[in-house]
Amino acid sequence: MTVSVDERHEMRIDTEDDIALVRRKVRDVAKACQFDVFQSAAVTTAASELARNVWVHAGKGNAVIERITDDTRSGVRVEFHDDGPGIESIDRVMAGGYSTANSMGLGLSGSRRLVDEFSIDSAPGRGTRVKFVKWAPY
Amino acid sequence: MTGTIPILRIGRTLLATVQTDLRDNVANAFQQDALSALEKGGMSGLVIDISGLEAVDTYVARVLVDTGRMARLMGAATVLVGMRPEIAATLVRMGYPMEGVDTALNLEEGLERLRLQTRT
Repeated sequence: MTVSVDERHEMRIDTEDDIALVRRKVRDVAKACQFDVFQSAAVTTAASELARNVWVHAGKGNAVIERITDDTRSGVRVEFHDDGPGIESIDRVMAGGYSTANSMGLGLSGSRRLVDEFSIDSAPGRGTRVKFVKWAPY
Repeated sequence: MTGTIPILRIGRTLLATVQTDLRDNVANAFQQDALSALEKGGMSGLVIDISGLEAVDTYVARVLVDTGRMARLMGAATVLVGMRPEIAATLVRMGYPMEGVDTALNLEEGLERLRLQTRT
């Protein structure tokens, strides 16, 4: 199965306002994929959580937002990257309820529940890369 | 551009209508504005209408819930009204506990809820 990229947007996350810009762009791409309002809210919210993580934990980073198509369907793929402190225990963070930023600690674990594919690559001192895909319904 | 959330006064109730996309700094400013307005006007209730809001992540959810809890500490009741179905679904799927604030289906129900709560 081949995946092609139909649309690609690379955005910087340097300020708090960039979180809203990422959110808006993801919503636009979701619309282009003909997501329904539930799917659109899910993917927009997941992107918002992850963009905020970049800003809160690393101060800056970037997001690549893509509209992709495989043989049968279209979807939204978003990848966040930062060179921040990284995550010491991914398992603990993904279990939910663990936070180093005095928040609910549901950002990563909650986002994963909203999308179809989710991967995270991080280690202390190596920054963090989080990627997710959500596919349009058949 | 940083927007602000309009806060209207209806009798002893404040009505705040949140726009489509709520930025973090606008949400934070709103929390302070609403609490100050409650105190200054001697208000007994706060209705936050989020029917226009298209996405609520855990940060914004927390600001909204916290605002209600803070208002309650001050002695005012808060009702969050008009949450869209897709937002309710998203928050529940994420595992976010929206505890600590009253909710109502729409503005009319919310005002009625407050009227019953604050009746003396």
